[in-house]
Amino acid sequence: MKFRHMLGLFSAAAMSLTLTGGALAQQTVKIGAIFPFSGNAASAGNHAKAALEVAMDIINNEHPELKDFPLAKGKGLTGLGGAKVEVVFADNQGTPAAGQNQALRLITEEKVVALTGAYQSGITLTASAIAEKYGIPFVNGESVAAGLTERGFKWFFRTTPIASDFAREYYNFLTDMKAAGAKTDSVAIVHDNTEYGTSVSNTITSAFKSKGLSNIIDVAYPANATDVQSQVLQLKEKKPDVVIMITYTSDAILFAKTMQAQDYKPPMLLADDAGYSDPSFLKAAGSISQGVFNRSSWSLGPPGSHTAIIAKMYKDKSGDEMDDTAGRQMTGFLVLMEAINRAGSTEPAKIQAALKATDLKPDQLVLGYKGVKFDEKGQNTLASGVIIQLQDGANYVTVWPKANAMKTPVMPYKGW
Amino acid sequence: MSFVIVQVIVGGLLLGAVYALFSSGLTLVWGMMNVVNFAHGDFVMLGMYVAFVVYTVLGGGPLIGAPLAMLVLATLGVIVYFALIRDIMKGPMLAQILGTFGLALLLRYSVFWYFGSNFNTLPSNLVGGTFDFFGIRIEASRLLAGVVALVVTLALHLLLTRTALGSKMLAVSEDATAAQLMGIRPDTMQAIAWAIAAGATGIAGALIATFFYIVPTVGETLGIVAFVTVSLGGFGSVPGALVAGLLIGVIESLSGYLISAVYKDAVVYALFLGFLWFRPQGLMGKT
Repeated sequence: MKFRHMLGLFSAAAMSLTLTGGALAQQTVKIGAIFPFSGNAASAGNHAKAALEVAMDIINNEHPELKDFPLAKGKGLTGLGGAKVEVVFADNQGTPAAGQNQALRLITEEKVVALTGAYQSGITLTASAIAEKYGIPFVNGESVAAGLTERGFKWFFRTTPIASDFAREYYNFLTDMKAAGAKTDSVAIVHDNTEYGTSVSNTITSAFKSKGLSNIIDVAYPANATDVQSQVLQLKEKKPDVVIMITYTSDAILFAKTMQAQDYKPPMLLADDAGYSDPSFLKAAGSISQGVFNRSSWSLGPPGSHTAIIAKMYKDKSGDEMDDTAGRQMTGFLVLMEAINRAGSTEPAKIQAALKATDLKPDQLVLGYKGVKFDEKGQNTLASGVIIQLQDGANYVTVWPKANAMKTPVMPYKGW
Repeated sequence: MSFVIVQVIVGGLLLGAVYALFSSGLTLVWGMMNVVNFAHGDFVMLGMYVAFVVYTVLGGGPLIGAPLAMLVLATLGVIVYFALIRDIMKGPMLAQILGTFGLALLLRYSVFWYFGSNFNTLPSNLVGGTFDFFGIRIEASRLLAGVVALVVTLALHLLLTRTALGSKMLAVSEDATAAQLMGIRPDTMQAIAWAIAAGATGIAGALIATFFYIVPTVGETLGIVAFVTVSLGGFGSVPGALVAGLLIGVIESLSGYLISAVYKDAVVYALFLGFLWFRPQGLMGKT
């Protein structure tokens, strides 16, 4: 009798354990995030992590101060009965192979329902191929190599503006600067030999050439260089009117230092985000890069606006000012979460369908995009950006287009 | 044109001097003990962080940073010898490789954990800025590194060839058992060798920090060059590492300027392999 009684109790306990276990599993939605946490881009990876943690805070906790911002109201994902979001971070070690392995591990072992990342275009390329194979949605917020959305993938979505968008913006910016009296006849494109560097430089080169700007000097170098003196001397000798820099942080710092050592100042220095947007670049080499132009999709709204509140949350978390890269990563992740919430399910096919139906307006975004709406290739058609300038060597200000400008562009490049 | 070529060569020589300085500690350990120290690049990284801390806390330049980095790294060298190297030297080659590689990761990620992943730099005017020599621009910080590379190389060379301590160290590296019979303690000698090698590496790090960025992974970026420099110069030959460093620096600079930077590594390594084909012991190594 007693034994039976005990057995009954045990089985009841076991049943309730399984039940709560199941219920708990339903209450969290696991997302995999692949970023560089070691290797030379670790600084960028850690800022991405802070950005995603702020986004998780917005989703998982009540934020009445953010008013109608998507997912801010209520705790957790309201579409899934208040389920909490859990992000599993994985280190891509700065190599495409490691990124691929981490994608596989996150999908097969961590059982994540969707993926985001992986910062470097070359790693996003390999990691998203695994997601495609397993039929898991992959939303990228920051990799700009054009080819990523040209592969006919069905599970890959990208919110950031891409190289061809920037190329057009750079051209329009240079045209406006020319009208204002600047010389923009010859352009040197300095880029590393990674997927990001080569593809962005190719896109810009062909876009410029098709508009009749054909005097383009190509200066390629191997990423993570120990020395860039010969490249700077090439520039110094050829005297281009505009130098466009497509580099990650470590090389950007080295270029800034070498330009100073060789006393070389191009009339106009235009950076393609990446290294030049890294807060640690600004601290290490901002004061010797005064007047550099850069692209950005981030612009801070007035106090009390949702961008100002989120920027403060990010600064409290990371210790650094919110920047374009962190903002684009946060946007990619929030767009994914908004789709999952709308889908009301963690089934891959339903998330995919919801992503395809995404239609977000500018006031529902962290960044200054015109909205988020994907084309059949998975590319956001409403992504856009502005040109910013590092006028004081510490903080970027928006200078172009005129409608968004906080200050007028200052020429020529000042350096140090 | 010719002016630019001179600048490229001068820049290459200065870069090469840094490579030589960077490699001198490695050649000592590798040549004398047959231990390949994969943590070498991370020793340099620690030297850079010592210089960085000296600057941020005391506001001091390499005059304080370099000696302090030498002391810190020499101490670390002795600790590493007794705690790790002494035992794994008895094991198979694979144990040495994995042991020192593990040490490299431990050092790298300890620094990651404490200092974070951000890039740091020292102000470029810490060592007198840049001066113009008949139109050739020379950074004072690189020139200082180059001069110190020469001095360190000369000092290490004299130590090994002209002093009793050097003879004892060489005796141990030739035949530890025979040396022991002559009353030399191999343990002590090898610990001293590690202290000297790590100390020289510390100086290198503190000086490189004055013109390079400082980040926990910097040892990875610079590390491979050290191994090539040492094998080209000849294992265990300190002057060989200097000549090899200068050679690699100039070839890298010239090929980067004349051909394309993307192919400069291909040029350097093709020449390197071609050279080893004819002279596998390196420039100044013994057969």
